[in-house]
Amino acid sequence: MSTTLIEVTTRQRNSESWEEPFFINMGPQHPSTHGVLRLVLELDGETIVNCDPRIGYLHRGVEKLAENLNYNQTIVLSDRLDYIASAANNIAFCLAFEKLFGLEVPRRARLLRTIVGEMARIASHLLWLATHALDIGAMTVFLYCFRDREWLLNIFEKICGARLTHSYVRVGGVRLDFTKDIIDELYKFTEEFPQRILEYETLIDVNRIWLKRTRDIAVVTAEEAINLGLTGPVLRGSGVPYDVRKFRPYDAYDEVEFEIPVGERGDTYDRYRVRMQELRQSNRIIRQCLDKLPETEGEPVLAEGAPDLLMPEKVKEPEPKPHPKKGFIFTGKEVNIVPPGEAFASIESPKGELAVYVVSDGSNKPWRLRIRTPSFVHIFAIPELTRGHMIADLIAIIGTLDVVLGDCDR
Amino acid sequence: MEELLKEIQEKFSKYLLKVEERDCPVFVIKREGFLDLIRFLKEAGFNHLIDLCGVDYLNYKPEKKEERFEVVYHLYDMEKKTLIRVKVPIPENDCWQYSLTSLWKTANWFERECFDMFGIKFKGHPDLRRLLMPEDWEGYPLRKDYPLYLEEEREWKFYKEFKAKAKGQKV
Amino acid sequence: MDSTIIMFFSALVILLIAMFHVAYLTYAERKIIARMQQRLGPNRVGPRGLLQPIADVLKLIQKEDIIHPGVDRPIFAIAPLISLVCAASGLALIPLWDRFVLSNLNVGLLFILALSSLSAYGVILSGWASNSRYSFLGALRASAQVISYEIAMSLSLLSVVLMAGSFNLQDIVKAQLSTPYKIYLIPQIVAFFVFMVSALAETNRVPFDLPEAETELVAGYFTEYSGIRFAIFYLAEYFGMIVMSALAVTCFLGGYAGPFEVPGLPFIWFLIKVYAFLFFYIWVRATLPRYRYDQLMGLGWKVLIPLSLLNLFVTAFIKLLV
Repeated sequence: MSTTLIEVTTRQRNSESWEEPFFINMGPQHPSTHGVLRLVLELDGETIVNCDPRIGYLHRGVEKLAENLNYNQTIVLSDRLDYIASAANNIAFCLAFEKLFGLEVPRRARLLRTIVGEMARIASHLLWLATHALDIGAMTVFLYCFRDREWLLNIFEKICGARLTHSYVRVGGVRLDFTKDIIDELYKFTEEFPQRILEYETLIDVNRIWLKRTRDIAVVTAEEAINLGLTGPVLRGSGVPYDVRKFRPYDAYDEVEFEIPVGERGDTYDRYRVRMQELRQSNRIIRQCLDKLPETEGEPVLAEGAPDLLMPEKVKEPEPKPHPKKGFIFTGKEVNIVPPGEAFASIESPKGELAVYVVSDGSNKPWRLRIRTPSFVHIFAIPELTRGHMIADLIAIIGTLDVVLGDCDR
Repeated sequence: MEELLKEIQEKFSKYLLKVEERDCPVFVIKREGFLDLIRFLKEAGFNHLIDLCGVDYLNYKPEKKEERFEVVYHLYDMEKKTLIRVKVPIPENDCWQYSLTSLWKTANWFERECFDMFGIKFKGHPDLRRLLMPEDWEGYPLRKDYPLYLEEEREWKFYKEFKAKAKGQKV
Repeated sequence: MDSTIIMFFSALVILLIAMFHVAYLTYAERKIIARMQQRLGPNRVGPRGLLQPIADVLKLIQKEDIIHPGVDRPIFAIAPLISLVCAASGLALIPLWDRFVLSNLNVGLLFILALSSLSAYGVILSGWASNSRYSFLGALRASAQVISYEIAMSLSLLSVVLMAGSFNLQDIVKAQLSTPYKIYLIPQIVAFFVFMVSALAETNRVPFDLPEAETELVAGYFTEYSGIRFAIFYLAEYFGMIVMSALAVTCFLGGYAGPFEVPGLPFIWFLIKVYAFLFFYIWVRATLPRYRYDQLMGLGWKVLIPLSLLNLFVTAFIKLLV
């Protein structure tokens, strides 16, 4: 977005053949802007000449709020970022905090986190497919996806009691262990899910109208995609095999096998294909992790030095001293439980790369918590991608970027 | 990687304030030499600008900071799989920084957000407006001296109007 | 005098029956699509939700009729009525049975085509009078779509007229019955295909529902309408579907004739055929995504019109030879 709308209009007004441009204010209330995204569109007929996204309608000041809450409390805030896949956000926050505290997460907890993260990815991709198809007009896919997402959300409910805002992952591990019931249910899900993917694909994969609406729409070359900061399936659709899970493995991703699907042309259809393949890979990862779970049976799911939920600022370092009458007593100086310093962690969230940068001053509250969210960057790319396309394509483009406004505005 | 670090240390010794090895190599560099360093890094393969953010170090206890603000850049090399962090201290009374929009388009909104939240101006930015906050907002919310709760009379004036409207009063 | 009264009453009866069909067409659509999408559909009002259409009508009548200050009031009020009247009056010309047609016009087919073109006025005027940008875009799309698909549809029906040698719908049915294959679907399969596609476009149904594309233009030309006026637009859409299905049955499927006579129920074959078409409409809606505006125009001008022209020439040529 190099020129503002005002500049464009003044330029046109000064030229001789000036006609009043047709402006449309799309959003913040519109059926397909996926929340409260507002796009100021300048149209020439149905073609988009210029597009200016305005965000901030869902700005809740998470970064400022986090500076006034303790570390464990900020995880609850992270649920509200990308509320479609909140487990992924939890993981990103916890990874950064664990790096800062120097905690080692037990293997079982790492496996559980990986499962939950991949479940969140499947849930998010299903919602994406549902809304993307609905935006283009295929209504049946929408309900098919919701049927399976419902199953997944029910499993989430069994795991932690919440369907959308889980707060399941904790600093140093996870909140609860899986019961046998959940593992059985997940096995059943992983068994069944590949057939479900085939079901969606038969509906739209070779549908001529679907192809017409997605082929060669919003083509991004690999270089441009990197320059625009696009990550996740959008970048991989352009043929760049960049996946944080492979490049900087976290949790248990270094012990599972999976592939990174990439596209060739970098258009909307390729991004659709990449996401469909990712659904299969996620399913595979969950399966592998489930198979590994019995090896770690009985291990704790929370690291030893994990901070208490209430997180006092200072704790007494136990220093046993022999006492002539009372046996041993504990005295000792108070120490900070959080060392000062900074840490950076990033994960492959379903939408793209989610990075958390945390600066600590030694107290129990973060000094600065910076969240780099994929949707923020992707919404910035909308004007670049839409130039010269039509309104109907804009809908497809918003869909293909998979933006969540809670994630964007923070 | 280590060669690169050495090369940077030699080349930019004039400007480098500090080189650390934390979870990744960290360079603290003066504003003057910043653009050259970033250009050098981009040519060396650090093509992915993961993040750009501001930090306010007002009354930061553990360490004495020379300047109040810092702009932190995270760069990533997709081929060599290396992460690097560049920090640039920004003084409070001369609050500006060079813009990266000519190198990365994605820096555009990051810088706008940084300006919105900290009031750091970016020289060479094509369209430096507020991004998340309303256009007529006063103050920079993420600064440490910005209060969490505002007194009633300092509230955003539109909010007051909305509140009155919701209650059915006239403004 | 007597004939006028009879005429009036039979018109009233047909209107009531058609209204009943429209009401339960909405119910059927919701139920069938729900079935296809693995959900239940309306099931709260009455047994199996059978009273749902009535509840909907009551709700829509009760709703506040919002007219925002920017609109062009008289046109805004008249536009839904134009749509409804044009869509519904087509029914008068359809021969429901060999001794029952409300008005046996000599140029019946032309009249129906004229009416369906006129109904575009309702859409355009409503979009213009609403003074809203989404409505305006929807109206522009609708006018372009209706004009271009009108041509393909007329051309495809012209070949039927050529075969039958008459514009009168009753005569067309009779001409079909006198042919060895009894229906025109077999010799005119190309025309039938073109007609079905253009009928979908004429009635603004998926995959050609661009004028009211919900995810793009909010609700297209009736974005600003509410309450009973909104309901009238809906009525018009469903009347349009019924008229188009009836026209397809009359022109291609031998109208009221069936393989055998059902004693006492002369309408039965006509109704069965119409229901089959309506089911097709609903089925398509559950299956297909939506076309883009330029692709839609491309399909109309580059595929359907040449195809129907070719079909017309071939029909005329064969007609000359035979």
